[in-house]
Amino acid sequence: MFNEVLHTIPQVLIDGLTLGAVYAVIAIGYTMVYGILELINFAHGEIFMSGAFIGTAILLVLTGIGWVSSLPAIVMLIAVLLITAVLTGFLGMGIERVAYRPLRNAPRLIPLITAIGISFLLQDIVRFIAELKKGNYIVTGPSLFTHQLSIKASSVSSIFNDATIKTSFVIVLVTAVIMMIGLDLFVNRTKWGMAMRAVAQDRETASLMTINVNKVISITFFIGSALGGATGVLFAVQYGTIDPYIGFILGLKAFTAAVLGGIGNIRGAMFGGLLLGLLEMFASANLTLLSHGIFGAEYKDVFAFIILILVLLFKPEGLFGKPVTEKV
Amino acid sequence: MRLKKSLALLLTGGLAASIFLAGCGSKSGDDGKSSAKVIKIATQTPLSGGSATIGEAIKLGAQMKLDEEKKKFKELGFDLRLVPYDDQGDPKKGVANAQIIGADKSILAVVGHFNSGVAIPSSEVYEKYAIPMVSPANSAVEVTSRGLKTVNRIVARDDFQGPAGAEFAVNTLKAKKIFIIQDKTAYGTGLAEAFKKSAEEKGAEILGFEGITVGEKDFNGVLNQVVSKKPDLVYFGGIYAEGGLIIKQAREKGIKVPFLGGDGLDASTLVEIAGDAIKDTYITSLAGDSTKSEEGKKFKESYKAKFNKDTESYSVYGYDTMGVVLKGIEDAIKANDNKMPARAQVRDAVRGVKDYQGVLTKVSFDDIGDNNFAKVFIYSFKEAKYPAELVGEVSK
Repeated sequence: MFNEVLHTIPQVLIDGLTLGAVYAVIAIGYTMVYGILELINFAHGEIFMSGAFIGTAILLVLTGIGWVSSLPAIVMLIAVLLITAVLTGFLGMGIERVAYRPLRNAPRLIPLITAIGISFLLQDIVRFIAELKKGNYIVTGPSLFTHQLSIKASSVSSIFNDATIKTSFVIVLVTAVIMMIGLDLFVNRTKWGMAMRAVAQDRETASLMTINVNKVISITFFIGSALGGATGVLFAVQYGTIDPYIGFILGLKAFTAAVLGGIGNIRGAMFGGLLLGLLEMFASANLTLLSHGIFGAEYKDVFAFIILILVLLFKPEGLFGKPVTEKV
Repeated sequence: MRLKKSLALLLTGGLAASIFLAGCGSKSGDDGKSSAKVIKIATQTPLSGGSATIGEAIKLGAQMKLDEEKKKFKELGFDLRLVPYDDQGDPKKGVANAQIIGADKSILAVVGHFNSGVAIPSSEVYEKYAIPMVSPANSAVEVTSRGLKTVNRIVARDDFQGPAGAEFAVNTLKAKKIFIIQDKTAYGTGLAEAFKKSAEEKGAEILGFEGITVGEKDFNGVLNQVVSKKPDLVYFGGIYAEGGLIIKQAREKGIKVPFLGGDGLDASTLVEIAGDAIKDTYITSLAGDSTKSEEGKKFKESYKAKFNKDTESYSVYGYDTMGVVLKGIEDAIKANDNKMPARAQVRDAVRGVKDYQGVLTKVSFDDIGDNNFAKVFIYSFKEAKYPAELVGEVSK
């Protein structure tokens, strides 16, 4: 039995890392906003979804006018990622301005409800536009990076089976890692990052130190949403097919990842996302084997969430979170 | 959207008004010669809303058959008339229409419905009034399994799709080791379990029976299991949105074996999602392909000539259903010495129809109203193109 689990490990690692990288970058969006406002921005999953649609739309238009074949795919992907990131960044800023800022001093529950409202709104706007343009809200983009690579894991040790990866996997992983490292540098090394951390620590004191709090919060939303939107593009490239409801399940999982890593902690969110992706993929590939057929792959979420509960029981602040004393 | 809706409303309103006016017109005309007794047959299909295309196709098919038979019934001394009702694909509307139909004494039979969810409650009303209903499209098991005397259908039942798929997989595709994936919904799991049971009886080995979650996009975990188990066929019980992605991701993992699924995969979106990966995929479906046979081609041409529209897959089912209904009524008239039969007589005569040969279907009802000759059709995707190619059919 153990051998059989080992056989599939290379492939499980690859698939788990892909899914995990997507979770991780979305989780960053949740964790940044929570860190600074203590608000759970439930519309973030929908921003991710909007990003996926915007990216696919741009790709479809570019394919339509024949630029896809003339430009190298990687150049085009970078262009699409940048355009989408900027657009979804502004979308996130707009949402903050309209739905959260007027309610900043309202009870904690109120912005949570507007966040849920915004997410329904975005789902249906996107569905409406997609149906109008394509006649169907399930949209399939042009396939890029479909080249298959085979990793001869069996040559390392005969226990492993060979694994195959799509080129897009490498792209998703590399882009996600670049985004995460870039964000980490931004938050820890730049002036704006310092301002962000200051606002997260104590908004009022920060404003007394001549920090423009509103601007910092806007920038936080911009960066979180831009990353979320760019991940949406990566998701669309990796899986090909998107619909307006992908944000819900993925958003939930990413939020879980953020909590697992310690909400408010950016490195925690990255780690939590990767861990959750790996756990899920491992469970769906091996649960049947481990439980002798009693539990099938459909229990992968149960498995992942049991782990989450166990972690939180012993470390309620999450894996990377620091225990905080209540702010007075 | 609003514009579309109001336009649709306007059109339906116009349609309803014109039907009403036409009805009034012909009624006042007929009152003069009271010698011809009027037999009305109702259709209940969605004429507005999302399934309106199919509902309209069934209605037009039924109307075509009725118009063809008018002369024959005239000789028997009866005037045939079609009364179309719009059930809007909504159970409440279907039941309300059924009450109206029940109250109109000259309506002797109903052709409909399209949605099983509408047919089930509406048929309770038909049963009360003893109006026979023949369905051109309902496949849910409960439509007939309640044992109502009035309810019949000419298509196969859902629970026959699994066994038919198993038959095809084991005997035609020669699959020995099968891996089953299902989507944990009532439809998907039911289909997959029926397939599993039947495939095991036929001697195939089931390597795995795994579930996925509707709405997810990454199925690599389950597919890794498929890779390590090395089956020679993968069966999927579920809908095209997940099915398309599973097929695509499986091919990317190098799983080259054929895929088989139910009518939930029968949609052009499946091809759009899976793209070229769709090759070597088979689906079972309840709807047959009428374009192959001579009669089918003839039907298609005369339909086009009459209505200036192309046939939908269900047009021919509307046509054949009306044929069965009229056969039943004719039998009832003859058994009643060429006098107007009562509804209960028509009901029993329709149930008693044996070996009726329609354009696409052959019909003999069993004691709960299922068609003994109902078939499940097997389609194969040989290239990324919809609809798929008909490669076989399995009868009961």
